Amino acid sequence: MSNFELLSEQGLRLDGRRPHELRCIKCKLGVFEQPDGSAYLEQGNTKVLAAVYGPHQAQSNKLDLNEVVINCQYSMATFSTAERKNRPRGDRKSQEITLYLRQALRAAIKTELYPRSQIDVYVEVLQADGANYAVALNAATLALVDAGICLKEYVVACTASLSKNNIPLTDVSHVEEMSGGPTLTVASLPTSNKIAFMEMSQRFHLDNLPAVMEQALNGCREIQAIMEKEVRKHLMQMGSAGDWSNIAK
Amino acid sequence: MTTNVNIRLAIDRVNMGLLAQNQTRAPRLYTPGEVVTGQFGFMKGHGTYVEGEDIKASVAGVMEQVNKLISIKPLKSRYVGEIGDVVVARITEVQQRRWKVDTNSRLDSVLLLSSVNLPGGELRRRGVEDEQMMRKYLQEGDLISAEVQNIFDEGTLSLYTRSLKYGKLSQGVLVKVFPSLVKRRKTHFHNLTCGASIILGNNGFIWISPTVNNEADGGDGGYAQNLNEVIPRADREVIARLRNCILALAHCKMMLYDTSILYAYEESMKYEVHELLQQEAIFDVAFLTQHRLRLQEE
Repeated sequence: MSNFELLSEQGLRLDGRRPHELRCIKCKLGVFEQPDGSAYLEQGNTKVLAAVYGPHQAQSNKLDLNEVVINCQYSMATFSTAERKNRPRGDRKSQEITLYLRQALRAAIKTELYPRSQIDVYVEVLQADGANYAVALNAATLALVDAGICLKEYVVACTASLSKNNIPLTDVSHVEEMSGGPTLTVASLPTSNKIAFMEMSQRFHLDNLPAVMEQALNGCREIQAIMEKEVRKHLMQMGSAGDWSNIAK
Repeated sequence: MTTNVNIRLAIDRVNMGLLAQNQTRAPRLYTPGEVVTGQFGFMKGHGTYVEGEDIKASVAGVMEQVNKLISIKPLKSRYVGEIGDVVVARITEVQQRRWKVDTNSRLDSVLLLSSVNLPGGELRRRGVEDEQMMRKYLQEGDLISAEVQNIFDEGTLSLYTRSLKYGKLSQGVLVKVFPSLVKRRKTHFHNLTCGASIILGNNGFIWISPTVNNEADGGDGGYAQNLNEVIPRADREVIARLRNCILALAHCKMMLYDTSILYAYEESMKYEVHELLQQEAIFDVAFLTQHRLRLQEE
């Protein structure tokens, strides 16, 4: 297991957080004019842009008569990590995350409403500092909400880890990921308490799983509340500028 | 030729949020997954779904209730067509007896050969010759104005141009905005007093063109594209200014209709056309327009 203690004697983590604390989250909707929906999300130093196009007519070779085709693309900017590296779009890690993104988004989107259509989700990591998948998914969710696409509810992801003395830690940063602790990533639909996706980077004792998972789910709920607040703020700004005159009284 | 490039830091951005300070009229907002009401006695409409006992919202927006039917309308989405809407659209494909048209809606729309006025204006059966001539009338990339005639089951829109006011568009500028920013009105064709015509498509495509003389245009059924005619510089400047004004209003999420566009145009006169691309000018024009619209309403 970890060769480095993640939690100090005072109960603080490497970046000074307490075990249950999230990193600082900032988000913004509607950052682009061209796509149908877009969002920017910053969780600690992990910064992600997401853009959604659609639903639009699906390409004829992908077309599905019963439900929508979700097309994801996850990519990392050249300058996103400490080591500058040109990543071609198809590298293994990105492809894997792309698949996981699609799986989680499919659980949230009401796919049966858009037959013959396609939704494109493009996520770009500008700065990678741990929990990339979770932040990418949260940004994609915000972009979908901005695009006015029907969702069952927000799909939110959060990570959790385990310190040496079996204390679960929320929202893992890059340093913590690297120092060898196990990372559990959970994507959930927090209101209905469903899990859309779950991944473990390393083994830990089964007895600890419920505690770590609960920690991650708590993180999801907190993130959802923050996202919800931002969505309302965004709606309020959009509607108020036009004095809500497009709303039938 | 030299141009001035204006580059600035993100921190110096103009805060467009200042336009949204008056929030007194704000209705109740719903977000995905939020319970709207109990299921008993109500029917679910667009933007909602039923889970257990409750009707829940599936989009972020405001509630619209018609008797017992409850629907949630998102503030921003793809174009959702309604019969009778005026749209500006682009031909993407020529097929047998119909054109595929891009209207910014969820699925491609169709324009049937039988729902266009053939050049010459005569009404007759469409024969094989007409089918072979289709690309002569409208080819890929052409812009048209049309009206929504019908909505098929899966949501495809069927358009028609069998009226002299619809048809192929000639010289002008296309501006794309979010469909929800275009206000539904009785008429979407306007000859603005500033010297340009404007078609406000319900699908968020806006067409700005030099003022056309309606009497002269009647004979050809709207299929002539006079691309050799030179539009005078003054007219082009008016069009460019209108385009920038519309984009400014859209950037600030203000509603687009004849009055708001005209007000924005008048308020923009103190700027050069190219200055209207700068953030301060955009904000100033939008702010003054909003002020005038509010005064007018009171």
